Amino acid sequence: MGGNSLLADVGQQWLRWSYVTQSSHRILDALRQHVELTAVAVAIGLAISLPLGLAAWRYRRLAAPILGMAGVLYTIPALALFALLVPITGLTRTTAEVGLVSYTLLILVRNVTAGLDAVPPEIREAARGMGMTPARQLFRIDFPLAVPAIVAGIRIATVTTIGLVTVTALIGQNSLGQLIYSGLNNQDRTPVTVGAGLSVALAVAADLSLIGLQRIITPWARRPRTA
Amino acid sequence: MSLPAVISLSVRDLYRWYANGDHWRGSQGIPHRLEEHVAMSLAVVLSALLIGLPIGLLIGHTNRGAVVGVNLANIGRAIPSFAILVIGAQLFHIGAKPAFLALLALAIPPIVTNASVGIREVDPDVREAAKGMGMTGWQMLRRVEIPLAIPLIMAGVRTAGVQVVATATLAAVVAWGGLGRYIIDGIGQQDSGQLLGGAVLVVILSLSTEIGLGAAQRALTPAGLRHQGSAMPGAAVVAVEAKEVEKFAPAS
Repeated sequence: MGGNSLLADVGQQWLRWSYVTQSSHRILDALRQHVELTAVAVAIGLAISLPLGLAAWRYRRLAAPILGMAGVLYTIPALALFALLVPITGLTRTTAEVGLVSYTLLILVRNVTAGLDAVPPEIREAARGMGMTPARQLFRIDFPLAVPAIVAGIRIATVTTIGLVTVTALIGQNSLGQLIYSGLNNQDRTPVTVGAGLSVALAVAADLSLIGLQRIITPWARRPRTA
Repeated sequence: MSLPAVISLSVRDLYRWYANGDHWRGSQGIPHRLEEHVAMSLAVVLSALLIGLPIGLLIGHTNRGAVVGVNLANIGRAIPSFAILVIGAQLFHIGAKPAFLALLALAIPPIVTNASVGIREVDPDVREAAKGMGMTGWQMLRRVEIPLAIPLIMAGVRTAGVQVVATATLAAVVAWGGLGRYIIDGIGQQDSGQLLGGAVLVVILSLSTEIGLGAAQRALTPAGLRHQGSAMPGAAVVAVEAKEVEKFAPAS
């Protein structure tokens, strides 16, 4: 009885430093896996979305079916999508990644087309007047000018994915979600605080890094305030 | 096993699970779990509207607290809904109560953000004209700003509704019912019929919610603004994200 209430008291604390120091190896491992799952999902998502977004922008008739399919995938809850994949790919990292990638598509495809749409026609006109071939125009003019919108999409996709990765704990994947899940199962608040806190910190850090990256790769967007 | 073999086995398990009459009866049965899921989602979205809509309208109308509101919403997006559920369970024990409160915390931000952005984006000339006609602040809100903001307000309701239905699936981990129960138990018991059966029901409910709320959005949108709403899945998310993208578009 006395032992039980002592255990319960320990579990009631939101943050025990002894847990953090004793489990530092486990926490860092979870953080690393979380970053990996996110980075792979966003990278593959982008690799799929760039051609899809380009196709939806270039051939208007494809826009509705492409965005529609991405929208359906986005609407399916993560847990249900994982469950549908389990018979095929099992309780594996592949199942987690396929699910995570499918959530990035709507946001990324939409931002790629929006970015390409926003390129001013005069600039395109000027490029054609300079004798650029369509392929050269695409890589030298359209994509670079679409970068801010694409990065905006990557930021939203990354923050969303970092949150969704926590759900992969339910299909046995290690991530910060696994810390949260273990806290629920062991009635211990500290791993939940650590897992949730690091997840939010990771999202903020990723968002700020992407803003920084965008400033570096689009120097022309840093116009002086007084022109 | 080859992919076609896996799929045919899965379809067989799925068929057997649905064909079993026991799965259609009692407190563990599909009708009861579906009812739980829908009743919880409705209660959450209606409560979120009751709380979030006045706040959003006030922020949009007075143009005060907008920065705070948007930043709170962004931080909200960074907090995983799974974590919110688990923290809810630790604060209020397991069951329906933490599920309700956690889902409510998820549903309020999109409703507040969309309502405030919708009101703020009303054309200043229109507002000027309304003032010129002698409308009071309250009349302007009720007769001009709200009708013009309806597409975005409804987009917020749609985003919140879809998110709530999706996250209610996760609420099975804090020992609440709903359709997610089948998925969590299916994983735990390695019962692929139950796992897939639950997943298919969740997919159908989510897509119906998205399409239903999309239709409601279109129906409530004043005729002159009809082009803004789309019934396509994901369109509500895209509409608001597009507004964020505009800020980053290259200057012409």
